[in-house]
Amino acid sequence: MVYDYVRWEEKAIANAAKKKGVDLKLIDSKDVHLTLDDRYEKEFGNVVLQRCLSYFRSLHLTATLEARGISVVNNFNVALTAGNKLFTTLALIKAGVPTPRTALSFAPESAIKSLERLGYPAVLKPTIGSWGRLVALLKDKDSAEAIFEDREHMFPLYQVYYIQEFVKRPPRDIRSIVIDDRVVAAIYRVSLSGNWKTNMALGAKAENCPITKELEDICYKASKAVGGGILGVDCMESPNGFLVHEVNNTTEFKNTVPATGVDIPGLIIDYLLKLRK
Amino acid sequence: MRCPECDGEIPLPKDAIEGEIVTCPDCGTSFELYKKGGKFDIRPIQMVGEDWGE
Repeated sequence: MVYDYVRWEEKAIANAAKKKGVDLKLIDSKDVHLTLDDRYEKEFGNVVLQRCLSYFRSLHLTATLEARGISVVNNFNVALTAGNKLFTTLALIKAGVPTPRTALSFAPESAIKSLERLGYPAVLKPTIGSWGRLVALLKDKDSAEAIFEDREHMFPLYQVYYIQEFVKRPPRDIRSIVIDDRVVAAIYRVSLSGNWKTNMALGAKAENCPITKELEDICYKASKAVGGGILGVDCMESPNGFLVHEVNNTTEFKNTVPATGVDIPGLIIDYLLKLRK
Repeated sequence: MRCPECDGEIPLPKDAIEGEIVTCPDCGTSFELYKKGGKFDIRPIQMVGEDWGE
């Protein structure tokens, strides 16, 4: 397993491996020094679980390992797609998975035109990032222009204006953990009163969510759409049924395990064993 | 281990892993565990990078 910081999840995966008698080697990506034409099996084995928090670090390391014949979970294409909200949305649309209407612009003036088509309120999200960070509710033209002005002074990534319709939904969304195209657990993420965001990092509460046939189907399709592996699929309950708004590549499950009682770290190890050559 | 921010005591987890994030129970500042001369020590952690996420 490669990582950059050990969160609850990485420690739980390491402990699950120990319990199953699996020799899981922990490799801090910050210590890695690779010559690109070398063989890496001795150091990395033939299956690597990629758990880096940093999207760019994980992509570059995964590409390098895969180029030398090592299987990485999730693989490069999945990581590239699921780590970027725009790429994910494009993959969902292509696969016919219901997702919120989304617009793309590269300048404030054209982003305002996108908003005229989508309608207010709408949601502006960075294409890379998590935990609700820098996700902004655009209530009207004035607030949108003010937020876009801020974005123009930030890193170029924030001048990719990825804007989604604001979906009418209960004050919660659903995080489903999908391993090998199977939905193994799901939680409702219930937002704190007064907060429209449902991120656990912002204090939302986790509650067990029954895995209905409808939920299972849409999560399966979303997982397939980005290429499968180990994923966290986020859905909203819209008046017209589920909409998938995100698929997470190095999904967190610290709150899903106690809320559902499902041994997600153990299931991850089982999946890696299945992939071992 | 002493917290460099508030001098509080940061307990070392029994099953500590290099790279693990530990948080000072007194002031809430988080640090990364790393090994120095075979022993665990703490260093500042970059809390949220531009490209960090799930």
